Amino acid sequence: MKGTNLGEFEELVLLTIAALAAEAYSVAICDELERYTGRSAKLGVVHAVLNRLEEKGLAKSHLGDASATRGGKRKRFYEVTHAGKVALMRAKELREAIWRNIPGFNLEGSI
Amino acid sequence: MNKNPQPPQWATAFLRWYCRPRLLEDLEGDLYEYFIRNVRRKGLPYARLVYWLDVIKFLRPYTIRKIEPLTFLTQFMMIGSYFKTSRRNLVRNKLFSFINVVGLAVSMSVGLLVIAIVNDLLSYDDFHEKKDRIYRVITHHQNDGQTPMDLASTSVRTAQRLAGDVPGVENFTMLRNGFSGDAKVGQNTFPLEATWADQSFFKVFTFPLVAGDPATALQEPYSLVLTEKTARRLFGSTQVLGKTVRFDTLDYQITGVAKDIRHLSHIHFDALLSFASWDATIGKKQNELYNWDNVWSNYTYITLAKNGSTAGVQRALSRISAEENKALIHKKVTLSLQPLKDIALGRKLSNNMGPRMEPTTLWIVAGLAFVIILSACFNYTNLSVARSLRRSREVGVRKIIGARRSHVLGQFMTEAVLIAFLALVFSFGLFLVLRREFLALDPHIPEIFKLNLSVRSVLSFIALAIITGLVAGFLPAVFFSKINALSAMKDASGLRIFRHIGLRRVLIVAQYTLSLVFIATTLAGYSQYKGFLNFDLGFTTENILNIKLNGADAAALKKELSEIPEVSKVSQSSMVTSLGSMYGFDVKYRPNASTPGDSALVWVNTVDENYLPIHQHKLISGSNFTLRPEKGKESELIVNQQVLKRFNIAGRDPQKALGHVLKVDGQDLTIIGVMKDFHYGTVENKIEPVMFRYSKSEPWGYLNLKIASTDLAGTMTKIESAWKRFDKIHPLKANFYDDQIEDAYSRFSMMIKVIGFLAFLAICIASLGLFGMVVFTTETKLKEISIRKVLGASEPGLVYLLCRGFITLLAVAALIALPATYLLFDKVLLTGFAYHQPISIPEMLGGALIVMLLALIMIGSQTARAARSNPAKVLKSE
Repeated sequence: MKGTNLGEFEELVLLTIAALAAEAYSVAICDELERYTGRSAKLGVVHAVLNRLEEKGLAKSHLGDASATRGGKRKRFYEVTHAGKVALMRAKELREAIWRNIPGFNLEGSI
Repeated sequence: MNKNPQPPQWATAFLRWYCRPRLLEDLEGDLYEYFIRNVRRKGLPYARLVYWLDVIKFLRPYTIRKIEPLTFLTQFMMIGSYFKTSRRNLVRNKLFSFINVVGLAVSMSVGLLVIAIVNDLLSYDDFHEKKDRIYRVITHHQNDGQTPMDLASTSVRTAQRLAGDVPGVENFTMLRNGFSGDAKVGQNTFPLEATWADQSFFKVFTFPLVAGDPATALQEPYSLVLTEKTARRLFGSTQVLGKTVRFDTLDYQITGVAKDIRHLSHIHFDALLSFASWDATIGKKQNELYNWDNVWSNYTYITLAKNGSTAGVQRALSRISAEENKALIHKKVTLSLQPLKDIALGRKLSNNMGPRMEPTTLWIVAGLAFVIILSACFNYTNLSVARSLRRSREVGVRKIIGARRSHVLGQFMTEAVLIAFLALVFSFGLFLVLRREFLALDPHIPEIFKLNLSVRSVLSFIALAIITGLVAGFLPAVFFSKINALSAMKDASGLRIFRHIGLRRVLIVAQYTLSLVFIATTLAGYSQYKGFLNFDLGFTTENILNIKLNGADAAALKKELSEIPEVSKVSQSSMVTSLGSMYGFDVKYRPNASTPGDSALVWVNTVDENYLPIHQHKLISGSNFTLRPEKGKESELIVNQQVLKRFNIAGRDPQKALGHVLKVDGQDLTIIGVMKDFHYGTVENKIEPVMFRYSKSEPWGYLNLKIASTDLAGTMTKIESAWKRFDKIHPLKANFYDDQIEDAYSRFSMMIKVIGFLAFLAICIASLGLFGMVVFTTETKLKEISIRKVLGASEPGLVYLLCRGFITLLAVAALIALPATYLLFDKVLLTGFAYHQPISIPEMLGGALIVMLLALIMIGSQTARAARSNPAKVLKSE
């Protein structure tokens, strides 16, 4: 098994899953990511990431109910596993630790 | 916009095919969602395009279905089970198995024959060691203002030029056909035909010598190489090296004995003379035979150097052609290369050596075989799908136990292939019979084909069986694999077995159309053929025996023959007309001295004074030949009406045309008679200008004997003994004119036999198929019939009810087939004949009627049986 390191995009996707809570399925994740980042998120890329997250055990999925809007096909809903939560927390802590070590960092002067 | 837009079906199918089952459903849903969005935003075409692109983009390692070795493994393990169920099914449904196996076997035997034929043609000249590097130099001959000619032969000059340095050519050899002479060995004389070949002959070709040195055997003038067969014929042994054979005044020394030539070789010879002997005898006398444009009887072959290229040699040949053509006026001769392996199965060339088959002919024959096999496959498909009711439970159980669609597919394909193999066994037996019949069809066929089995042909046979099985089994397999396990188990009758009824109807109509076209073609073709044989040629051929002469003045023989009481008259002619061969002269006519005159090609036969009365040519005006001049001094000419028409002699008045003079071959000949038009060529050609010249003796021509006898065998013995006294060397070659005409049209009789046979097969297969369908339909409708009967339906009424559908199908088939055949004859087949019988409608209809009657008897007997069944017995089991 590859390590449970989180890539940047993986982290974003995982966060989005957490943010969307019960509505986290591929298309919604794409839309949400687009909304946050302002860049278009391709389904192909997101799908691959979701698959990888699941493989790493950071997310898990289950099929929902069929709906007419999708031609009768069910959605696959994702949720963050415990390991996923731990990984997200660790990433956040890592960043904060580094932030804390930056002396007198402010953006005001450069504007 | 479409209210309910759908993504492209093919893209979805593709996605379903490659995607892992676990990922498939939601991925399909996602793509659909995006598709709908795109439709709304940018319209359907864009959305469909994006959908396609997305489907392709998702083709990634993690989405692709893993190859499931287990599925393959189970397929493999299940083969035993498939065997078992297939065997049980074969045994249980004896009638259907019989129809399938017999139909496939019969049709495949034709396929096997075609494979054997193709295999033979592909095996031609395979025994040459350098077969891939041997090329024949062929000639394109163009006279200004005339249609160009492509020839297999080339000039002696070509070989002389090749002797100069041509890069890329390892070796070349030339041969020349046409030596014919009487070989004297001691006291005996044998007629012998031979080929001249130069000293490189054995370097280019692989014709092994049992004695003699291949490098030098054909070097010296007056060297002779015999085949073992010829050596035995001449000497009674093959130990003949160094002995001499005398032709006329020249002694030839035997320098080699070649093994007998393999059958599948385009070059055949009884003996080879060194080309140097040709130079020393014929070539020395006739210098023009070495001319660049004398391209008629020489053949040149080259072997390409191992590192040489055809392009390089072709460039050299083009250069040589350009140089040599400078000396020609109004004429161009260009050379090119033809691979050895293209000779037997390649394009048409004049002066070709050995057998050749047009690839198109082969395609047509293969196409017909394919159609017949397809027809048998139809039967299999038809009957299997019709029987699906009975096997759906089996499929249901298999699916419930865990068979996937691919397993069921595999099972039914395996079954079809198994049946095809069973059919192959029978068809091989049929093939052996068919091969014998085919080789006996025409005396020329065994010269061309051997049809022996080889590894390649056997492998092709097996491939044919597999392909036939797959084609036949494909539709049923797909049908069965789609069966839903639950519904099959719950209520088998819910299966809509009559859903494919449209397809089945089309198949039956197709089969019957085919059968009817074949039978109508056979019968109409036969009546045309009979028409050719009994055609009024404009003269009589009855009881005339033509004897071929071999170069001796036949006056003595003529005298002796005319003394036989059964021979009423004897005449001489240079050729036999109406058989297809033609000889012509350029004839010039000048109405008076002041006009320049007109010239045209006029066909000729040189005859004596008895020829016209024997053949009952009708003279419209004038008389038969009156003078009896020596050779070259004749002055009389008899022409047909077409000659008057062509030159417009005396206003085409036969009476006034007498006395006019035509210049033939530099000789002034006076018209002394005008005869009625007759067929000089075959009936494929229009009647053209023809003239008869006079000759007392035609040593290379024919004697025409009018026979008036009831005892033909006795007469022939007398003629033969007269011949033996006259010519001790050559065997008697005598044929009745009527037989010769039949021979001239033999290819038609051959074609009719082949098509007739195919018609027979097509009818058999179609009848089998129809029979199966009728049996099946009546069986499934047995309950309905019984209930109708109980309710008071009459037997004729029931028969009518059951027959109706099939009879409509047959009627449709007839309505398609008969006009199609008529058009085929009218617009295609008979356009090549200037004279032919009207197309015989009654015979075409008769053929159709026979087939229909056969079908009706089949349908009638089965439906009547069903209608007579006892309803109590049928309904009891419910």
